[in-house]
Amino acid sequence: MYAFEIEKPTTLADALAALKEEDAQALAGGQTLIPSLKARLAMPSKLVSLAGIEEIKGICTADDGRLCIGGGTTHGAIAREAADRFPGLAGLAAKIGDPAVRNRGTIGGSLANNDPSACYPSAALACGATIVTDRREIAAGEFFLGLFETALEEGELITEVRFEVPEASNYQKFEQPASRFPLVGVFVARYADRGGVGVTGASEGGVFRWNEAEEALASNWSADALEGLSVPADGMIEDLHGTPEYRAHLVKVMTQRAVAAAG
Amino acid sequence: MAQVSMSVNGQPAEGEVEGRTLLVDFLRNSLELTGTHVGCDTSQCGACVVHVNGAAVKACTMFALEAEGAEVTTIEGIAAPDGTLSAVQQAFQEHHGLQCGFCTPGMVMSATALLKDNPRPTEAEIREYLQGNICRCTGYHNIVKAVMAASGQDVGAIAAE
Ligand SMILES: Cc1cc2nc3c(=O)[nH]c(=O)nc-3n(C[C@H](O)[C@H](O)[C@H](O)COP(=O)(O)OP(=O)(O)OC[C@H]3O[C@@H](n4cnc5c(N)ncnc54)[C@H](O)[C@@H]3O)c2cc1C
Ligand code: FES
Ligand code: FES
Repeated sequence: MYAFEIEKPTTLADALAALKEEDAQALAGGQTLIPSLKARLAMPSKLVSLAGIEEIKGICTADDGRLCIGGGTTHGAIAREAADRFPGLAGLAAKIGDPAVRNRGTIGGSLANNDPSACYPSAALACGATIVTDRREIAAGEFFLGLFETALEEGELITEVRFEVPEASNYQKFEQPASRFPLVGVFVARYADRGGVGVTGASEGGVFRWNEAEEALASNWSADALEGLSVPADGMIEDLHGTPEYRAHLVKVMTQRAVAAAG
Repeated sequence: MAQVSMSVNGQPAEGEVEGRTLLVDFLRNSLELTGTHVGCDTSQCGACVVHVNGAAVKACTMFALEAEGAEVTTIEGIAAPDGTLSAVQQAFQEHHGLQCGFCTPGMVMSATALLKDNPRPTEAEIREYLQGNICRCTGYHNIVKAVMAASGQDVGAIAAE
């Protein structure tokens, strides 16, 4: 690791001020950033730790019924505290990495990083979540811009993520056993008037909505509704863990399993 | 350099660190608590698991300065002061939950954290909880058995496998 300083603000305002400094970078759970620093993939002069900022942690239900999750809330806290209100998302959080990773890693850090195999982006897209920052609200559909790219500007922080809680939902993760990231992960969400299907891990373009499946599910929420559909292998990731054809096949199988499990 | 202070195994501990000093390096190099191991240094293996304010974390994936003011427990703080092993440690010994012992500090810290939250886990829950702890020797079988035994459960069913 290159050398840097660590600053530990206790308010959002102080964190934003510290991030104005050139080459300053936010540090949340560090479960992605610290390994990248060790690999010298990043060279910040200062890390601004978000861990002491209480105002961006925790889960609450807004007046309009949406579930609001602070950007600094850990995967472990989401797994525990959202279990009764949004079991699909709690189930997703409970399968990220391992307990020690979940005790540190945060939803804000995961969304900001937008790893093509990260779990939360599939739920954010399927549910049409809103990503709230210190300066604006961004619809999930406009937030993810490709591999490791998001709509976030320099020094912009995710303070909250708002989800319209579906009537039923489920996340199915086909684990790559060495990294425990999804080889393919699918989040499905059933609403009164629509179905949402978010797919992670599969595409070279990053997380995406499987529109055809959403249309089929809107009128018939069942695994059978997807039987005649197929996902083109074109543009799917190719690596030693799986061919594009294999991933395309998994997208359908995981979607069907998720729909069946969501009920 | 910056000053850092925390409580480690119930004792006040302080020292000078850089921003980039990892918690595991502070524990091993400054405090000479070398029970916490570094297996991978890439956040995969869990040999470095310690408890920070009661939660299991990978000490290779946290900076020392992030533990400022925290209560840290390492493997050295698990046995009683007179050396009496904890239930988890005792069970690892009795059920051969270790061979070379390299992963054992992290395994014991993770298993201890599990039993605090879930005093009678099922075999599946134990295997799931220990996913982030890699062992190159035992094949995990006797580790799972040890955790079952430490939680006062019958290990007969596992032993038959
Ligand atoms: C062994 C292991 C297994 C894992 N398995 C999975 C898995 O199965 N699925 C999965 O999805 N993830 C997995 N992860 C990644 C994990 O979820 C990380 O916690 C997450 O990707 C990053 O969150 P963090 O809070 O640790 O962020 P950090 O690592 O601290 O930061 C990541 C990036 O986001 C920026 N950032 C952090 N917080 C904010 C914010 N509030 N606003 C704006 N920018 C911010 C940082 O500047 C940095 O660029 C795994 C990690 C490990 C080590
Ligand atoms: S040394 Fe920390 S996880 Fe391997
Ligand atoms: S006992 Fe040797 S690595 Fe686990």
